[in-house]
Amino acid sequence: MPGKSHPAGDGVSLLKVVSRHPDETFRIGRRIGEHLEGGDVVALIGELGTGKTCIAQGIARGIGVPDEYTITSPTFTLINEYRGRLVLYHFDLYRLNGIRDMEDMGYEEYFFGDGVTVIEWAEKIEDILPEGTLFIYLTYIDENEREIRIPERGQRAVALSNLLK
Amino acid sequence: MLVLGIETSCDETAAAVLRDGRLIPASNVVASQADLHSEYGGVVPEIASRKHMETIIPVICRALRGAGVSLRDIEGIAVTRGPGLVGSLLVGLSVAKAIAFALDIPFVGVNHLEGHVASVFLGDSSPDFPFVALVVSGGHTNIYLANGFQDFRVLGQTKDDAAGEAFDKAAKLLNIGYPGGVVIDRLARGGKKDWIQFPRAMKESMDFSFSGLKTSLLKCIKKRGYPFHERDLPDVAASYQEAIVDVLVEKTLRAAQMFSIKKVVVCGGVAANGRLRERFREEADSRGIDVYIPPALFCTDNAAMVAVVGEDILKRGFRDTFDINAVSRWPLDTLRGYS
Repeated sequence: MPGKSHPAGDGVSLLKVVSRHPDETFRIGRRIGEHLEGGDVVALIGELGTGKTCIAQGIARGIGVPDEYTITSPTFTLINEYRGRLVLYHFDLYRLNGIRDMEDMGYEEYFFGDGVTVIEWAEKIEDILPEGTLFIYLTYIDENEREIRIPERGQRAVALSNLLK
Repeated sequence: MLVLGIETSCDETAAAVLRDGRLIPASNVVASQADLHSEYGGVVPEIASRKHMETIIPVICRALRGAGVSLRDIEGIAVTRGPGLVGSLLVGLSVAKAIAFALDIPFVGVNHLEGHVASVFLGDSSPDFPFVALVVSGGHTNIYLANGFQDFRVLGQTKDDAAGEAFDKAAKLLNIGYPGGVVIDRLARGGKKDWIQFPRAMKESMDFSFSGLKTSLLKCIKKRGYPFHERDLPDVAASYQEAIVDVLVEKTLRAAQMFSIKKVVVCGGVAANGRLRERFREEADSRGIDVYIPPALFCTDNAAMVAVVGEDILKRGFRDTFDINAVSRWPLDTLRGYS
């Protein structure tokens, strides 16, 4: 049932860091979130347990979603919506079958709106991701360590990875 | 008063009829989509809303037939308005509005989580407010102080994954089928509960975290480099289940003790888990707390629980207007209390 998997990502890496703890993954997410702008789409790609929800939680705080809102996994709810400096749509496509399911959900309103869209399991809908999508690959190294990688792909990747260095 | 309940928030299309606050048992109809979803290893939302559309009218008709009443006899409608998948919720909500408009009767939108708490009133014995309630399902893991209908305070909630999700993702990692909770419950019987020491997260807090547990299982599998042998699966399942059950029981009972409340309600889909029911009964008993767990049939999504809440709202003279919409997120502590 899962779509194409890209554990290592593709193309040249603009940024490659090793996170040694979920807290560090969260902080990297927060820094990314601080630099995101309206209309940005972030694709999180990695296996179960590599920290997708964790980095998404950081991104949410970086966007300014107040601490009283708990950022939980949207696996069952599919989309969670939060309000910070910008509106954040947190997608989790774990249960999704493919692109046709997305079309029925009216995904264009989210992807091409004024908010920020963060998508877990984005590889399942790769063909409909907007051109400027920022790809973040998370890979399991060991118990605590994860590789976080931004490939040279999409218009936002260069600008954002420079800001993160 | 005859109230028709309708529920379409996620996996199940359901309808039920309540007469004067009591469920007419033969009217409780739940058309599950679990069979449809099992081949995909999870709930497939597009299929969900389309299936709801196909099944909602037959399900309502069957509920009415079971109740031995006709649609014209219905005096009020209760329908799940959220939280849930908006596309799925809209199917039930639209049908409820249409029937209410056609029959010129009131309808109310009900919070699905409050429905789960109210499912305790469908059992043989039920507590009076106030009580502490654990709502535990695929999408939720929350502890509430329930002071009355529409009057809830959140005492604890998950910081990442819900308990039901932890079951499903483990079943996926172990490649043992769907729905994960049911499969693990069955496998775990006879398994050694301490075969693997899984972590129990956030011991000091009333909040939950199940993400680390899932990762811990993943770590186990990676370390071995090959899948578990079939004969070991009962032990893995029992150990994993015990880690989830432990924290659910401990935090809920501790919350009750903290607020000096002697009554605990356990509800939601995961409350159908055999080991969870057993452990709650044992532990609550030893601490002098009464525990109320609805029959498994009312733990999973159903429309009878929605009708229980709706009837209470209708009896107080409230009704919703036709412009209400489905809501994907609707925390229980934001409901307006009556007091």
